[in-house]
Amino acid sequence: MIGLPHYLVVAAILFTIGVFGIFVNRKNIIVILMSIELILLAVNVNLVAFSAFLHDVAGQIFAMFVLTVAAAEAAVGLAILVTFFRNRGDIAVDDASMMKG
Amino acid sequence: MQTLVTILVFAPIIAAAIAGLFGRRIGNVASQSVTTGALILACGLSWYTFSQWTWGHMEAFTVHLLPFISIGDFQANWSIRIDALSATMLIVVTTVSALVHIYSWGYMAEDDSKPRFFAYLSLFTFAMLSLVTAADFMQLFFGWEGVGLASYLLIGFWFKKPSASAAAIKAFVVNRVGDFGFALGIMTTFWAFGTIQFAELFPMIASHAGKTWAFAGHVWPLMDIACFLLFIGAMGKSAQFFLHTWLPDAMEGPTPVSALIHAATMVTAGVYMLCLLSPMFEYAPVAKNIVTVIGAVTALFAATVGLTQNDIKRVIAYSTCSQLGYMFFAAGVGAYQAAMFHLFTHAFFKALLFLGAGSVIHGMHHEQDMRKYGNLAGYMKVTFAAMTIGTIAITGLGLPPLHLGFAGFYSKDTIIEAAFAAGGHNAIAMFAWVIGVLVAGLTSFYSWRLAFFTFNGKARWGHDDHHAHGDHAHDAHGAAHETHDEPLADDHAHAHDDHGHGHDHKPHESPLVMLFPLVALSIGAIFAGFVFTDFFVGHHQQEFWRGAIFNAPTNHVLHEAHEVAEWVKWSPLIASIIGLLIAIYVYLIKGNERLGLKLAERKGPLYVFFYNKWFFDELYDATFVRFAKFLGDLFWKGGDQKIIDGLGPDGVSAVSYEVGKRTGKLQSGYLYHYAFVMLLGVAGLLTFALYAFR
Repeated sequence: MIGLPHYLVVAAILFTIGVFGIFVNRKNIIVILMSIELILLAVNVNLVAFSAFLHDVAGQIFAMFVLTVAAAEAAVGLAILVTFFRNRGDIAVDDASMMKG
Repeated sequence: MQTLVTILVFAPIIAAAIAGLFGRRIGNVASQSVTTGALILACGLSWYTFSQWTWGHMEAFTVHLLPFISIGDFQANWSIRIDALSATMLIVVTTVSALVHIYSWGYMAEDDSKPRFFAYLSLFTFAMLSLVTAADFMQLFFGWEGVGLASYLLIGFWFKKPSASAAAIKAFVVNRVGDFGFALGIMTTFWAFGTIQFAELFPMIASHAGKTWAFAGHVWPLMDIACFLLFIGAMGKSAQFFLHTWLPDAMEGPTPVSALIHAATMVTAGVYMLCLLSPMFEYAPVAKNIVTVIGAVTALFAATVGLTQNDIKRVIAYSTCSQLGYMFFAAGVGAYQAAMFHLFTHAFFKALLFLGAGSVIHGMHHEQDMRKYGNLAGYMKVTFAAMTIGTIAITGLGLPPLHLGFAGFYSKDTIIEAAFAAGGHNAIAMFAWVIGVLVAGLTSFYSWRLAFFTFNGKARWGHDDHHAHGDHAHDAHGAAHETHDEPLADDHAHAHDDHGHGHDHKPHESPLVMLFPLVALSIGAIFAGFVFTDFFVGHHQQEFWRGAIFNAPTNHVLHEAHEVAEWVKWSPLIASIIGLLIAIYVYLIKGNERLGLKLAERKGPLYVFFYNKWFFDELYDATFVRFAKFLGDLFWKGGDQKIIDGLGPDGVSAVSYEVGKRTGKLQSGYLYHYAFVMLLGVAGLLTFALYAFR
C-alpha cells in the first residue's frame, strides 16, 4: 500500500533535485527555471498528499494556486531570459553577475 | 553747523561706498574723483570748523545721530562731538587725507586696482573721523577698530606679495592685544562709573578718584587700573614699546598709506585718546608714570634703531615711533596740550617726509634701499627742497631767543621743557627729559643721515644697473621682484618692473600731482608751529582748549615749562646741532663718504643690536609666536583633526564606508549564491520554528 511517507519521500527527492539543480548548474539559466519548477512541484505533491491524508480539500486548492503562479512565473522568467539573451548573447549563469556589489 | 559737521563726517564713507562698490562700473577716474572730491570737501569743512573754533565764537557741541546700543544702564550713541580736541584732529585727518588722495593720483597711476585703493583710503578717513568725534567709549572703540581694519586692508593692499600679507596680519594681531586692554579699560570704566558717555563720566571722576578695588588679596587704585588698561589700547594703536613691532612692517603698504595711516593719523589715535581722557589720567598718578616711562623708552628705542636702518621708509617709520614716544611722555608728565601740539605739527612734517620718500621711491623706480641712492638733489629739486624742510622741521631747528623756528621746534621743545619742569617733583619725568634731549640728538642724526644719504654724496645708482636689479632681494622688497622675468605675471610687481624698464634708469622728478601735496605740507611744516603755538601751548591755550583738556588743580606743568632756565630751552637745539654736525661729518664731507658704511660693516655689538631692532622680533618669535603656533597646532591637528573630526564626521563616514565595503562583498551577483543564502535562511527559520513551536 502506498502511504503518506512514500509521497513525502518523493516530494523530498524532487525538492532536493531542484535545489541542487540551482546550485550545481553553472551553464544555463533555463536549468534554474526548470529547477524552480521542480521545487514548486515537490511542494505541490506535499500539499496534495497532506490534503488526501487529512481529508481537507484546502490543500488541493492551494496546489491549484501554486500551479497557476508557477505558470505565470515561468512565462515571466522566460520572457526575461529571452531579453537577457538578446542583450548579452548567451545565458551562462557565471556571466550573469551584473548586480555584484 | 550741525549739518556741516555731519556732511564732513559722512562724505568720505559715501565716497568710499561709491568707489568700492561701483568702482569697476564707473571706472578709475570717476572713483578717484569722487573720493578725492569728498575728501577735499571734508577738508574745507574741517578748516571752517577749526577756524570757527579758534577765531570765531563757536561753542563745543554734540550732534546726536542715532542710538547705538541700549542695554539697561549701558547707553551708547552715534554722535559727533565737536570741541577743541576733535576740531584739531579733524583738520589733521582731513588735510593729510585729502593731500594723500591727491598724491595717490600720481603715485598709484600704474596700479591696476585704483578704485579699491581709493575706497580703502576714504573708508579709513571715515573711521578716523568717527573716532575723533566720538562722544562715548563705544563709538571711540568703533572708530578704533575701523581704522585698524582699514590699516589691515591697506598694508595688505598688494596682497600678492607674501611679505605684505604677513605684515598686514602682524599689524592686525598686535593691535588685537592692545584692543583687548582697551576693551577691558572700557569695561572697568563702565563698571566703576556706570556710564561710558564722556559728558557724564568726566564730572564724576574727581569725587571717585580715591576709589579702590580689592582683588587677589591686594587693594588696587581703581583709576590707575582703568587708565593703565586704556593705555594698553593706546600702546597697540600708537606702536609703543612692547607693541611696536607691527609699525615698521606696516611699511609694506603703498607709501601714501604709510604717510596717512602710519605716520600722521591712525598711530596718533593713542595720543589723542590720552588727551581726551585727561580727566581720568589726571587722577591716575601711577598710570601716568607708566605712560611716561613707556613713552620715553619708545622714543629712545625707536631712535636708536632708526640710526642703522637702510630702508628709507623704515627709517621714517622708526622716526614716527620715536616721535610718538615724545607725545606719550608729554601726556605722561601732564602736558597734554604739548602732546596734542606735537601731534599736530608732527602730522605735517611726518606726512611730508613720507610723501617725499614716496616721491624718491617713485623717481628711483621703486628702489627703497638708501645705499642705492645718493646725489639725487639735482634730479628732483622740489622733492629735495620738501624733504629738507621736513628734516629741519623734525629736528626742531629754530632760534630760542627769538622764539622763531620750524614746526618741530615749538612742539618738541615744549615737550622737553615740560618734562624738565615736571622733573622738579618727579624723578620719572626727569628721566624722560634726559631721554628727550638725547633722542633729539639721535633724531637729528638719523634724519640728516637720511637726507644726506639720499640727496647728497656720490651717486650710488646707475653705474651698475644690472647688479642693482639682481641685488634687489633685500628683506623688505624681495618679493616684489620675484616675478621679474615672468611675462604673464599680471600683478603689481610686474607693473612696477615695466615702469622700471620703460625709462632709462636715471632718477626723475615726480609729476605735479605728487609735488603739490609736498609743497602744501611744506607750508604746514614751516608755519604750523609758529602760527599755532600760542593757541596750543602758549598764552591763549586756556581760551583755545576751553576745557577739552583737563589739568588737575595741582598740575601747572605747562605754565612752569615756559619758565624753565635758559639752558634747558637751548638743550634740545644743541643736541640737534650736535646730531647734525656728526651727520655732516660722516655723510657729507668729501673723503669721508665711506665712513658710515665702514662703521656698519664692522658690525660692532651695538650696531648689530640696533640693526636687529633690539631683537624684539626674535624675542616675540621665540616666545609668543612659537608658543601660539604650537598651541594652534595642538588644537588644530590634535584637537580638531584627530578628536573632533576623527570621532565625528570623518569617523562616522569611515565606519559606514568600511561596513559597506565588507557587506558589499557578500553581494557577489551570482544567482546560486543568493539561492544558497535563501536556503540557509529557510533552514534556519525551520529549525527555529521546530524548537519554538514544539
